[in-house]
Amino acid sequence: MAVQSSFKNMTLCLFAVCLVASALLAAVYAITKEPIEVAEHNKTISAIAQVVPEFEGEPVSDTIEVSGRKYPYYVVSKGGQPVGYAINTSSVGYGGPLSLMVGMTADRVIYNTTVLSQSETPGLGAKCVEPEFADQFRNWNPEEKTLAVTKDGGDVDAITASTITSRAYSKAVETAVTVFDAIVSINKGE
Amino acid sequence: MRKFQLITKGFVKENPTFSLLLGMCPTLATTTSAINGMSMGLATLFVLVLSNMAISATAPYIPDKVRIPAYIVIIAAFVTILQFVMQAFTPDIYKTLGLFIPLIVVNCIVLGRAEAFANKNSVLDSACDGLGIGIGFTFALTLLGLVREILGSGSAFNWKFIDGDGILVFVLAPGAFMALAYLIVLFKKVTSGKGE
Amino acid sequence: MEYILIIISAIFVNNILLSQFMGICPFLGVSNKLSTATGMSGAVCFVITLATLVTYLFQYYVLVPLHIEFMQTIAFILIIAALVQMVEIVLKKVSPALYQALGIFLPLITTNCAVLGVALMVVTNEFTYGGAEPHKLNLGESVVFAFATSLGFGLAMILFAGLREQIALNKVPKPFKGIPIALVTASILAMAFMGFSGLV
Repeated sequence: MAVQSSFKNMTLCLFAVCLVASALLAAVYAITKEPIEVAEHNKTISAIAQVVPEFEGEPVSDTIEVSGRKYPYYVVSKGGQPVGYAINTSSVGYGGPLSLMVGMTADRVIYNTTVLSQSETPGLGAKCVEPEFADQFRNWNPEEKTLAVTKDGGDVDAITASTITSRAYSKAVETAVTVFDAIVSINKGE
Repeated sequence: MRKFQLITKGFVKENPTFSLLLGMCPTLATTTSAINGMSMGLATLFVLVLSNMAISATAPYIPDKVRIPAYIVIIAAFVTILQFVMQAFTPDIYKTLGLFIPLIVVNCIVLGRAEAFANKNSVLDSACDGLGIGIGFTFALTLLGLVREILGSGSAFNWKFIDGDGILVFVLAPGAFMALAYLIVLFKKVTSGKGE
Repeated sequence: MEYILIIISAIFVNNILLSQFMGICPFLGVSNKLSTATGMSGAVCFVITLATLVTYLFQYYVLVPLHIEFMQTIAFILIIAALVQMVEIVLKKVSPALYQALGIFLPLITTNCAVLGVALMVVTNEFTYGGAEPHKLNLGESVVFAFATSLGFGLAMILFAGLREQIALNKVPKPFKGIPIALVTASILAMAFMGFSGLV
């Protein structure tokens, strides 16, 4: 049966349990720190690889500030020439933030897009991750087509019954184009 | 034999979800698909077995009055370990289950087994008990997830068998309550017909 | 303006019980009678707000500066358990009447996942209101969020208890007696709350 409780052994015991637990956690933390970073890195890399054309070497990451907001982006190159830009933008959907990785080729055409995180309604807005919707942004030239849902006079076919999500998606892609222009203009200035 | 009974009792007789109605939060929240339900069940199983063993081993040395805080610390430590391991090796599942992984700490099943079984039984028995209850929980969550997935998205274990959508409401919050209600009724019917 | 959006969102749109599924145990366990449901809601309201305030400060003034964020889960649950104990002792001394009303619910609250859930949510999740860019909540917003969430908890709890009191007077098929019919009721209540989605 359990030990008789006294103030001394209670404090001692709780202290010991906490100490052992924290030591154990610190150890596991140290061991898993690297795999966690690798897993996160791989995830970003695979998201980038999905949205830009074929490239060589590692994507170069950077951030840029456009109208008071910071956007992380990644430049990929092939044969020493930058061939694509993967830009991380977000907007507000129906259920919460919608975060995208938008890939642009060097000639200002959207190569592909992928959803990094979303909290849209399953079966409705959450369909934005499916190719039926997302694939329409492949090879989208913002000069020829407008990034807004058809209801708002644009060229994006909205998901049925999920106009808000579709709008948010278009908005995030549109932001990426703006960010792309900012990146290019900075590079030209240098 | 006893060990075998310890493992199987969690399946039907002491099924934590259908007959004891414990751990309802993850049960309802994470069962949007069979895979999600199963992942949550396995995550809980992992914590349950390890915390049961640790508590059974340390119980004789812990003064009675501080046993609950001590158990909570032990459970929380294993939950955090689980978080790290999942983040490192199954980041997608970790992201889907989200907040409900740290919330295993306050899952009444885990603390309940510590209090009701682990602190007065041997380490091996406690491990079997944790395994049994964990399997029962995993089974229940997978079943609920499967039912909701079949009805809600027309697929089973991500294998789609109809075109288009299912009855969407089953993937959403109301469907969770409804599906669980009917599963409990079914479970009651089946077990009462057999047992008495 | 943002505070109003936080409040509406936490009470109606993202109701902690009916759309986030946190704190279901007391929701099913102590909702038989309206009076106990009210008592539980009051106690939860008190503890969630206080716990979120303390855990928020602990996260940003202890865990982050010391780079021991990995102790988060353990630290938070211990803080909550200690707070609940403290509230119990203080309440007993200061207001015996309130203690009478809330006292028996307090020990149950430590394992109410809504408390730990909200505490973790404000430090890990990013929120967005009224089209603003997603961001972590600051101290004031966190406390308002926690308080509003607990109001949402109370609202759902009291509505549900009222419904269950009515159901108890009616004939229910035998296998549905008790929890199953309560779950069906909760399902319909959740459907009603779905009508609020998209409001914020």
